[in-house]
Amino acid sequence: MKQFFIFVKKEFRHIFRDRKSLLIIILMPIVQIILFGFALTNEIKNSNIAVLDNAKDGSSRAIIQRLDASRYFNVSQILNTQADIETAFKSGKIRLAVVFQPGFRESLLHTNHAQVQLIADASDPNTATTVTNYAANIISDYQKELNGQVQVPYAIKPEIRMLYNPQLKGAYNFVPGVMAMILILIAAMMTSVAIVREKEINTMEVLLVSPLKPLLFILSKAIPYIFLSLVNVVTILLVSVTLLEVPINGSLLLLMGESLLFIITAVSLGLMISTLTKTQQEAQMFSLMALLLPTLLLGGFMFPIESMPLPLRIISNVVPSKWFFLIVKDVMIKGLGFSAVWKESLILAGMSLFLLAISFKKFKTRLA
Amino acid sequence: MNAVAVNNIVKTYGSKKETVKALSDISFTVNKGELFGIIGPDGAGKTSLFRILTTLLLADSGTASVDEFDVLKEYKQIRNRVGYMPGKFSLYQDMTVEENLEFFASIFNTSIEANYDLVKDIYVQIEPFKNRRAGKLSGGMKQKLALCCALIHKPSVLFLDEPTTGVDAVSRKEFWEMLKELKKQGITILVSTPYMDEAAMCDRVALMQAGKIMSIDTPGNIISKFNKHLWAVRSEEMYRLLKDLKNYSNTESCNSFGEYHHLVLKNDDRDKEAVLKYLQVQKHMNIEMKPEQPNIEDCFMQLMNNNYDRS
Repeated sequence: MKQFFIFVKKEFRHIFRDRKSLLIIILMPIVQIILFGFALTNEIKNSNIAVLDNAKDGSSRAIIQRLDASRYFNVSQILNTQADIETAFKSGKIRLAVVFQPGFRESLLHTNHAQVQLIADASDPNTATTVTNYAANIISDYQKELNGQVQVPYAIKPEIRMLYNPQLKGAYNFVPGVMAMILILIAAMMTSVAIVREKEINTMEVLLVSPLKPLLFILSKAIPYIFLSLVNVVTILLVSVTLLEVPINGSLLLLMGESLLFIITAVSLGLMISTLTKTQQEAQMFSLMALLLPTLLLGGFMFPIESMPLPLRIISNVVPSKWFFLIVKDVMIKGLGFSAVWKESLILAGMSLFLLAISFKKFKTRLA
Repeated sequence: MNAVAVNNIVKTYGSKKETVKALSDISFTVNKGELFGIIGPDGAGKTSLFRILTTLLLADSGTASVDEFDVLKEYKQIRNRVGYMPGKFSLYQDMTVEENLEFFASIFNTSIEANYDLVKDIYVQIEPFKNRRAGKLSGGMKQKLALCCALIHKPSVLFLDEPTTGVDAVSRKEFWEMLKELKKQGITILVSTPYMDEAAMCDRVALMQAGKIMSIDTPGNIISKFNKHLWAVRSEEMYRLLKDLKNYSNTESCNSFGEYHHLVLKNDDRDKEAVLKYLQVQKHMNIEMKPEQPNIEDCFMQLMNNNYDRS
């Protein structure tokens, strides 16, 4: 037991004396959360739009006012001729142009039919779709108000409710995503590097010619990183709750427990990588290619898995982050209990056992 | 009872296409409490041999035992009782002298206090720096610390793989003094080194070359087996002298050795005048030629040439 205790103490020494790496480990989650929260967001806020108002009547002005007042748009340019639209788009300063035909209000009131043109910059198709939808909604809202008194005989009025995330905040999606990414990076990569370093600086040779048990060696390598990863979970949750106002709807204890499970899976992955590589650089490259990329691409938080082709959907099942992402969304955002995530938890536990068995079996008790 | 017994060990590296024979049919024994040297140039197979004995590598064929334990089947017992210092000193650079020693003591389930008397003589030399990180120590101090770490669990057999390579002459001498002290405590010590002059410090040495042991004996016996007359020659132009001596019709071998060239003549010829006459024809100035006592390196060269001739 003393042997184990001193070995763990030694690992913590390595971590705390490498100030730069420690700083990266502690700060990376905070920086990533802030980046995803404020800079790399796919929500549309304050998009600049241009207006070409050929009608200049009450209705067109009212609509322009509403567009400007909404938090999605900011009317930055008032255009005079049709030709100005092209120039405005080419300057890259606007995302949407709104064009009113002459006599807009008259046609609306007398013929019940008026046209407004929405021109969007579709070089970024997702944004173009989103901004035109937002603008169309604002215009139809205005129309409903005009119709307020008159009863339309047959009308289907869809009532939309956005469950769990009524404000459609991106943070609800990426906080679980960043958690999965950070944990797989820290826990798996750092563990693998820590073990491979012993091979690289030759201390492995001495450790092998000692009564030290392989299991003890592996455990003492893993424990400091499990601890550090739990610290990361806490910082991520703190930053999300305070800065991004993402609530923890479910049980905090369950969330921490599931995080611990995922950390163990990640550490097991790191152990397996360490048995396959010889230098720290190799271990790092391997971790980045085999862990970070699949987590980003197939983890489900950047690109929806449902819309991927079948082969990718099948491959995504072996990416641990995918399951953890589902668990965190269920527990943290939807506030569900263990009964909702037992299947995912079981899959993660199975993966951990499998990886641990492989790395234990592949652990070399000799040099070659 | 032998501390180490090696029987017909063969070790090859590489794939099927290209194999390198690191050890070919090596056999020897080391007695208990002996200071045994394995002497040979780089690539002779010293490290492979040490790794097989410390159970880090498996031999292709042959058997070996340490303290009567088989390196293959009873490797765990061996790992409990030997001390090993690899060629590259294995220390944690970011940990202090004391922390390193404490760590290596603990993985052998002992403590610094329990075996302090064993390392005391060596440790007092580095104790003033016990709070310094190992990475900031000089080469000689690193080597002493590594030796302390390999000794702290009171091993019965100590394996030191090229402990003096890359260490200054004074530290090397000190190191051998330390080994002699350790020998008095009854520890069997196997040392490998590429420095021939260190052979004299061992009880017995094995001269290794290209995976083979050429000779095993006490340093004195090895030197006495050198059966030819040895000349030391020098002149003002040493490089040309070496070339000319090698071209001399009656030369058996000639090797550069410090400020002299060591020369052996064919059929153990003692004709100094003929050599001098030849060198004068070659216009060498200030020629000096005198009989010389052979040392281990001369013996090594002779053995090597003999092996080369036979193969």
